[in-house]
Amino acid sequence: MIKFQGVHKWFKALHVLNGIDLHVQKGEVLVVCGPSGSGKSTLIRTINRLEPIDQGTLIVDGMDLSHKKTDLNKLRAEVGFVFQQFNLYPHLSVIRNITLAPTKIRKTPTKEAEEQAMALLERVGLAIKRDAYPTELSGGQQQRVAIARALAMKPKIMLFDEPTSALDPEMIGEVLAVMQGLAGTGMTMVVVTHEMGFAREVADRIVFMDHGQILEEAKPEEFFKNPQHDRAKQFLKQLLSPMH
Amino acid sequence: MLNYHFDWSIITSGKYFDWLVSGLKTTLEISAVGIVGAFLIGLLIAVLKMSHFAPLRWAASAYLEFFRNTPLLVQIFFWYFGSYKILPAAVNDWLNNTNFEFAAAVLALTIYTSAFIAEDIRSGILSIPKEQMEAARSAGFSYLRSMQYIILPQAVRITVPPLVNQFLNLVKNSSLAMTIGVMEITYQARQVESYTFKGFEAFTAATVVYLTLSVTITAAMEFYNRRVLNPQRG
Repeated sequence: MIKFQGVHKWFKALHVLNGIDLHVQKGEVLVVCGPSGSGKSTLIRTINRLEPIDQGTLIVDGMDLSHKKTDLNKLRAEVGFVFQQFNLYPHLSVIRNITLAPTKIRKTPTKEAEEQAMALLERVGLAIKRDAYPTELSGGQQQRVAIARALAMKPKIMLFDEPTSALDPEMIGEVLAVMQGLAGTGMTMVVVTHEMGFAREVADRIVFMDHGQILEEAKPEEFFKNPQHDRAKQFLKQLLSPMH
Repeated sequence: MLNYHFDWSIITSGKYFDWLVSGLKTTLEISAVGIVGAFLIGLLIAVLKMSHFAPLRWAASAYLEFFRNTPLLVQIFFWYFGSYKILPAAVNDWLNNTNFEFAAAVLALTIYTSAFIAEDIRSGILSIPKEQMEAARSAGFSYLRSMQYIILPQAVRITVPPLVNQFLNLVKNSSLAMTIGVMEITYQARQVESYTFKGFEAFTAATVVYLTLSVTITAAMEFYNRRVLNPQRG
């Protein structure tokens, strides 16, 4: 579904992606973790080409992203993206946030799009907020709407870039629950997160990144029980007991 | 003591009243065409100025600098006295049979004001967080569609107050059209004054017209901003 081969990217002199090789299968849930500045956000942003790559090949859903002729809008319609800061459209109500892309891009009739949006809102537990505006919602609610908005395009892949990092602790659970439910439906997911509980329970595979490289790639139980790389050990130690 | 005899009747009925009404009509026409035209051109220039294609950006910048930095009166004179000199005779004949003063005045006002509006719209667009564009592009919208559905609707809200200023300027600046013989309200007030020597009454009438127009535009935009653009704030 997603295939990185020898992918490099630079921000000026900074080598943010340094030879990435990674293969994500259809229906797989992949968690990407690592210290801040390790390149994990850049990695996930290359998958829908919010960041172009400088070298190597990246194939997503059969489309070659290094190829100039690739229709990016078509690719992006198939790939849902959930941001750390939610990025809902503040001038539109919740239901309009969700129906905008399906009605304008997929040309779904408004009534049908609204029915689908309501079904998604039920799924994320926010049907009652259909006519609210984003500023009237809590962070957790906004993020659930953002997930519903991404799902409304019926994407083949869902990307989550630190979806709970901007949330108050008591709201993290509600968002993770929605993501866990989604993983249960067989959605292909790439999730950048520090939520190791989620990684342990939901991920099929964990990738640990540092300095633009993938240092470790393992099943969750192996990764948590027996991390191979020193930096992964250190990262886990700090994450699990930050006071030490 | 002042020995001026006020005679308001000359501006409330009869021939001079008709002159003023016809002047008001012309002022309204210039303003309406000018506001719509200046807004649309301003929007276009603002978007061009932010294009990823450098020559379009340069063209937009040249337009902005040229029309913002020369006096409106010179621009009006240029279009009226200058532009037709380089046009073919056939076009000139046609122009002479049309209301060329009106067209030149509207053209000058529209273009002049559009340059200011473009800058206001551009700062409105730049004030929208870049994450909004990322969210729109991620959903599969093209750059232009993202602008249309996500960025511009938000930018316009922010741009309304400065836009009101530009619209008011346009209405007031339309008085300069009298210099090339457009019979708008200031021209007519001047006519009434020459015929009657009732300058106080005549220009009071013109003043009231501009004031009413300006207050109406301000109120309409305020209403639009509150009820249509920001329904969630009631």
